[in-house]
Amino acid sequence: MTADQTAPPLATDHAPLLIRGGRPYGEDVQDVLVVKGRIEAVGTSLEAPAEAEIVDADGCIVLPGLVDLHTHLREPGGEEAETIESGTRAAARGGFTAVHAMANTTPVADTAGVVEQVARRGETSGWCSVRPVGAVTVGLAGERLAELDAMANSRAKVRVFSDDGKCVHDPVLMRRALEYVKSFDGVIAQHAQDPRLTEGAQMHEGVVSAELGLAGWPAVAEESIIARDVLLAQHVGSRLHVCHLSTAGSVDIVRWAKQRGIAVTAEVTPHHLLLTDENVRDFDAVYKVNPPLRTAADVEAVREGLADGTIDIVATDHAPHPRDAKDREWDQAAMGMTGLETALALVQRTMVDEGRLSWREVARVLSERPAEIGRDEDQGQQLAAGAPAHVLVWDPRPVRTTDPAEHSSRGRNSPFAGLELPGLNRLTLLGGRPTVRDGAVVEH
Amino acid sequence: MRHFISIADLDREEAIAVLATAEHMAETQSRSIRKLPTLVGTTVVNLFFEDSTRTRISFEAAAKRLSADVINFSAKGSSVSKGESLKDTALTLQAMGADAVVVRSGSSGAAHLLAHAGWIDQPIVNAGDGAHEHPTQAMLDAFTLRRHLRPGDLTAGLDGLHVVIVGDVLHSRVARSNVLLLTLLGARVTLVAPPALVPVGAAAWPCRITYDLDEALATGPDAVMMLRVQRERMVGGGFFPTAGEYSRRYGLTTARAAALPDHAIVLHPGPMNRGFEIAGDVADSPRSVIVEQVASGVFVRMAVLYHLLATDSREGLR
Ligand SMILES: [Zn+2]
Repeated sequence: MTADQTAPPLATDHAPLLIRGGRPYGEDVQDVLVVKGRIEAVGTSLEAPAEAEIVDADGCIVLPGLVDLHTHLREPGGEEAETIESGTRAAARGGFTAVHAMANTTPVADTAGVVEQVARRGETSGWCSVRPVGAVTVGLAGERLAELDAMANSRAKVRVFSDDGKCVHDPVLMRRALEYVKSFDGVIAQHAQDPRLTEGAQMHEGVVSAELGLAGWPAVAEESIIARDVLLAQHVGSRLHVCHLSTAGSVDIVRWAKQRGIAVTAEVTPHHLLLTDENVRDFDAVYKVNPPLRTAADVEAVREGLADGTIDIVATDHAPHPRDAKDREWDQAAMGMTGLETALALVQRTMVDEGRLSWREVARVLSERPAEIGRDEDQGQQLAAGAPAHVLVWDPRPVRTTDPAEHSSRGRNSPFAGLELPGLNRLTLLGGRPTVRDGAVVEH
Repeated sequence: MRHFISIADLDREEAIAVLATAEHMAETQSRSIRKLPTLVGTTVVNLFFEDSTRTRISFEAAAKRLSADVINFSAKGSSVSKGESLKDTALTLQAMGADAVVVRSGSSGAAHLLAHAGWIDQPIVNAGDGAHEHPTQAMLDAFTLRRHLRPGDLTAGLDGLHVVIVGDVLHSRVARSNVLLLTLLGARVTLVAPPALVPVGAAAWPCRITYDLDEALATGPDAVMMLRVQRERMVGGGFFPTAGEYSRRYGLTTARAAALPDHAIVLHPGPMNRGFEIAGDVADSPRSVIVEQVASGVFVRMAVLYHLLATDSREGLR
């Protein structure tokens, strides 16, 4: 049996479900009827079949299930921080119906065997689709290409390749990787960080690092790699995806590349849409992340880039860590923040509530585009008859204080602890089956 | 004062109060019985994650002259070097009943973390954290400057003085604490360093920055503070081409020292690289106050422990 692992099964035996009174894409009120795992109809005043469950979505936004192109699920090898089970529960509570699991596990996801195992664990967990990202180089060592074709042609059908956490900094190796993935429509997702310019780097290099005496992570270390990579992508005619872009200069470079027709896409994290290097002043390592939190001007630039389409998507870079890895001196603490369970709330707060992104555009940056980039064929589809019922019903009205202790992720390292954030996940459907109701997972 | 972590936490009044207490401490140290009963029954822990015999001995002397018991907890040969975390160490010290912890660490923010993470309730004194701050060093420098350049007035600051600080600013917690404290006390500060040893972002500091030592010295400063070049911290390398070129451009040579105003004094936090950032003859010259800085260090640290621990510290000494 060699069935693909790319799409979650549809809940064909589940009772019909009528989502009544919600606003698809935040636009006109329309009901959404789900039958046998697919959307049966979208329209006004739909009649509920006799045995249907009716979900009152009055005042809610109805969106396609969210897709995260950048998640660290930590399994295999890092189960103390997160498992595929706990991470995908967290994803479902965040409204996600698919996540792309980064390759920096132990063992590294650099073979067909590992990526198939990760995808299989995702299937059995059943909280969302798990699409493994394959490593670009063997062991993420940056020395020679991993067997990309084997991963692409495995049951996991890997299309996104990344050494995330490490940068493919050797220009020849990056060129070869970009060229190689063309044969199976793959994309290289680059963690843009010049290693020499960031030796020992602890935080954004600027006014705050100067004061705190922490080694600087200069913007140029990100921007120089992105500039090189877009030119390489142009030269060899390949697709490039820029992970977690964080500086105003990076936005400019991507904007320039897109104007020249280069096939580059870019992501920003929710935390880079809100937090700045000023948050580091108390040396609380919950704010330690890579790329680092930048300045207020950079935050403004990435918001603008997201609003004007220069930045294609929001991706979480969800990076859970055990408590001990964060309860340390800054320079000894691990880098990364959790993000799956707060992502949409952050996008609502920083973009929608600020009038910079419509809900239709939220569907684009958190579902449609990431699914396109990741080649997730059944995800990120229009809410229309015939589509697989990966659906999120989001109530934008409730405001709650974020408490990481309530999160499903094993990671408690949320920088948003104590922050009031808007929105509640009323219902998430994965292939027509509810995974979340009123913010809580639905056990199966 | 609850802790002594950063000069940035102090206002001018508090800084001058500590200097005044240090003067009282100095006075008591010229008496025949130098030991004061002030901190009898209290235990001060010196927690040193980074080797610094001179700073540790200075704090130890300060605590003992106030009759405190001292426990030295240093990285070498302890559980710290076996990977015990700052958190576990703090919980241990809390359980052992330390009354104050003096902490030295190569990690910026270590003292702040110890004071605020909730692991330990006791007052924390920062004895140097990474390249962030070394506030008692800045206090002893200010104390020394004031004794020479504004003598006799316990309420005086350093108003109107011009201090030139030279060298490896990038890696220097001494420079950061001094820029904050000397300007808080009214002095004007000029930093001199090769461009690669000036932190990106330092333009926001309340001081002037120049790359030209001779130009800075030509303004006739009241004091010159030479920083130790910390070659062991120079990750990535290439901050300057050779020691020789550095010395020629940024070393305090005999000729440069000779051109200073007569009243100008020369400071160095130690340990010195003689013949590199400072000529041996300059270090040993009459305008050098480097040895005196060591004595000042004990008085200032006595004052800091007094302000944090003595029950009558709010009413002032005596
Ligand atoms: Zn990354």
